[in-house]
Amino acid sequence: MSTGRKYLLRDVAPYGGDRTTVLLADGVVAAIGPEVSDDDATVIDGRGLVLLPGLVDLHTHLREPGREDAETIRTGTRAAALGGFTAVHAMANTTPTQDTAGVVEQVWRLGRDAGWVDVHPVGAVTVGLEGERLAELGAMAESRAQVRVFSDDGKCVHDPVLMRRALEYVKAFDGVVAQHAQEPRLTENAQMHEGVVSAELGLAGWPAVAEEAIIARDVLLAEHVGSRLHVCHLSTAGSVEIIRWAKSRGIDVTAEVTPHHLILTDELARGYDPTFKVNPPLRTQRDVEAVRAGLADGTIDIVATDHAPHTREDKDCEWAAAAFGMTGLETALSVVQETMVDTGRMTWTDVARVLSEAPARIGRVSDHGRPIAVGEPANLVLVDPAARRVINPEEQATKSGNSPFRGRDLSGCIVATFLRGRATVLDGTSCDEDVVVRW
Amino acid sequence: MSSALPSPEASADATVVLGGPEIARALTRIAHEILERNKGGADVVLLGIPTRGLPLARRLAARLVAVEPTLDPAALVGSIDVTMYRDDLAQHPTRTIGETHLPGAGIDGKVVVLVDDVLFSGRTIRAALDAISDLGRPRAVQLAALVDRGHRELPIRADFVGKNLPTSTTERVRVLLEETDERDAVLIEGTR
Amino acid sequence: MKHLLSTGSLSHKQAVRILDTAGQMAATQAREIKKLPTLRGRTVVNLFFEDSTRTRISFETAAKRLSADVINFSAKGSSVSKGESLKDTALTLQAMGADAVVIRHHASGAPHTLAHSGWTHGAVINAGDGTHQHPTQALLDAFTLRRHLSGPGDVTGRDLAGLRVAIVGDVLHSRVARSNVQLLHTLGADVTLVAPPTLLPVGVDAWPAAVSYHLDEVIDTKPDAIMMLRVQRERMSSAGGGFFPSPLEYTRGYGLDARRLAAMPEHAIVLHPGPMNRGLEISADAADSPRAVIVEQVANGVAVRMAVLYLLLAGSEGTQDETRHDQTNDQPNDQTTKNETKVDA
Repeated sequence: MSTGRKYLLRDVAPYGGDRTTVLLADGVVAAIGPEVSDDDATVIDGRGLVLLPGLVDLHTHLREPGREDAETIRTGTRAAALGGFTAVHAMANTTPTQDTAGVVEQVWRLGRDAGWVDVHPVGAVTVGLEGERLAELGAMAESRAQVRVFSDDGKCVHDPVLMRRALEYVKAFDGVVAQHAQEPRLTENAQMHEGVVSAELGLAGWPAVAEEAIIARDVLLAEHVGSRLHVCHLSTAGSVEIIRWAKSRGIDVTAEVTPHHLILTDELARGYDPTFKVNPPLRTQRDVEAVRAGLADGTIDIVATDHAPHTREDKDCEWAAAAFGMTGLETALSVVQETMVDTGRMTWTDVARVLSEAPARIGRVSDHGRPIAVGEPANLVLVDPAARRVINPEEQATKSGNSPFRGRDLSGCIVATFLRGRATVLDGTSCDEDVVVRW
Repeated sequence: MSSALPSPEASADATVVLGGPEIARALTRIAHEILERNKGGADVVLLGIPTRGLPLARRLAARLVAVEPTLDPAALVGSIDVTMYRDDLAQHPTRTIGETHLPGAGIDGKVVVLVDDVLFSGRTIRAALDAISDLGRPRAVQLAALVDRGHRELPIRADFVGKNLPTSTTERVRVLLEETDERDAVLIEGTR
Repeated sequence: MKHLLSTGSLSHKQAVRILDTAGQMAATQAREIKKLPTLRGRTVVNLFFEDSTRTRISFETAAKRLSADVINFSAKGSSVSKGESLKDTALTLQAMGADAVVIRHHASGAPHTLAHSGWTHGAVINAGDGTHQHPTQALLDAFTLRRHLSGPGDVTGRDLAGLRVAIVGDVLHSRVARSNVQLLHTLGADVTLVAPPTLLPVGVDAWPAAVSYHLDEVIDTKPDAIMMLRVQRERMSSAGGGFFPSPLEYTRGYGLDARRLAAMPEHAIVLHPGPMNRGLEISADAADSPRAVIVEQVANGVAVRMAVLYLLLAGSEGTQDETRHDQTNDQPNDQTTKNETKVDA
């Protein structure tokens, strides 16, 4: 898996620590040390740059098959590489649904052909995300896609018996159910977080309890059947409390938060701009503070983007008619840096944990999220934390323009991304030619 | 709404062209001319155009009653706001609509004397004529102005004028009245 | 003020000015000739995505009384339903040269989206959006309250300071309630919302209003006015949300009947935005009593909408907070100074 090209990352700071030089060759980290050099290698001046393991997203919507007008596996994974990712988990709510071995293998193969990142398809828990009967989880696990994460994301597995069966069933192949926690009856027609702002705007509310009630039920179910559970994009202070309590009881639960829930609040709905319409909805400042605290103290294990591209037609309309979701692959690391690192709440080592090591472990992706050490696969990202940029969705690689950070000045830039020693991004731009040559 | 009125303080370059006594004399003369022209005040209705036409109309009414004590001053005076009939609304910030109030007997068959402070382009009077035609059918409409400063843009002429005041278009003519401005004066401001 | 989207954005001064202007408009409507030439040549589009004959007719009457051209565009029955359609419809209206768009939409915020999208350059007037706002309804309610309750004599320039108003019924789904709470608060009134807890939104505690679950207790406090909100019978069914057990129980707790009417102070008035559900939120006795000003509200609606159209459309753009009274000057058009304190007739 080598491009033949070697890279010498001179004077980089692994995990933001002491400066050293790292040689990438033959797809692996070949040497580390201040004196390392190689005359044949392409040299990258790494002064001021932080070297991290390549980021792993446990929650990406690539939209293919079905909604190629919003995103394709090629455009979405290129966006991922530009965001510093080397692996993404492609959510199951495609058309057709990723609920059979055939569909997940197709997604996996399209991802491999694109070559920007490793694409790990997520399998649907239930057939067609209908919440009525289990999909063939075993067949997807045994397919070439090696599915380990199962989710009906976008919909909640709300039937408690079905949820129990899924939690139990995936133990056979070390899988995990990633739950989109949303009590459906409490959120009928819901448009935004239920609270002061929704009351004023006259938009139907999505109460915090609709998320928390499902999480509470699921952690108890996971405890009862001895399974592991992953909670997608938790968004409320109450959810953080429940996860903290569950972990204190020794329940095998992991939790994720999205970048946008770390920084944005429901106040943004006041302009009725559907860019800020997302599920789960943007919550209050108190919730933002709680998820930041939860991420810092390890209650929340990972940050996952919930990158949800939508076409202009699905967003250029009145709020109630618009689709839920916002893009995030190309801004995720910046938001984490700005909210957690720049504020002193987390180190770059912590960032590596929540954006690479832990998501790889939860998704059972063995060759990502590895230590930066000699002999390890060269899946790496080089970050310039001092750089700043103004977000312009039209300049992004994702096909869709629904970034909530349009016009916003964010800290941190991805300088380079390496997938098994091959540069997918160099100087902050994607290496399109290399990809073409390679595949 | 007196707080919204312009300051009664004249600017530094203002020239007083009429003082209180001259204004009083001019109104008295106009009152006599109105009675003369209409052979008494029996059918006359004085309609003041807000803001300053209205106090002028009231002063004229008092003078008519002084000459003909049988007249009822309340039945003599009304106000007619022309804002909604103006042809230049779109060229200005939105104007506040003033009050229109007719004497109880209305204006049908009456002689309406429109009263305004300054006659300039004639557009206000044009608007007032339209407004009157929506309010009734007077036997005749006449116009009284305290000051005629010229520069007409329409074929309109005053029947009764307090003072003809030749001006340039860059000048501003300001009428101050005790009822609205705490003193009586006519000023010219601005460069000539 | 370029648009009228919400009463929340109206200052005290702006609100009083609208009511004062409406007062002058109302005076013209008592005349034999009701039509004024004020908005001649302007085009007002009534864009109704949701049926509301009475609101549409009220706006249409107001625009026609001011001599504007009126185009009625009803989305109902045509192929447009949602999404891109609002945009395309707006672009079409823009191409037709709409100076103002009066929009009624089932989605909260649709007028806001229209006003800020760049799809139309005209003034946007919210004629009711989802469960968000219905500002002209609140203005006509305030106008009616002021006329009856702010004391004798000329009411021009007055607000509603010190008046106590109870708003009763389905606050949760009511754009009328939201608009009124904000406007009446701005005008100095004390508002109490009365509803079963299921029909109050979470977050209502942040509103500038008191909340009670008991109509009889509120009536005992002798309010100056009581405003009944329409309650849809469907709300009691499980599919409709199951907000109350039965119409009968609702009426017992929150309906305005002869007994409650008799308990109100003598000067107090009864308002209802219509259409009424007689026998549900209001009994025939209450609806037809001399203290009910419900029919007058309809007439005042035309005057208030004339005032809003006048204030948004008559003057030059962007400078419309002029409050001067002395604007009768006979100033030639070629003199385009911004002065306006001018008196040089």
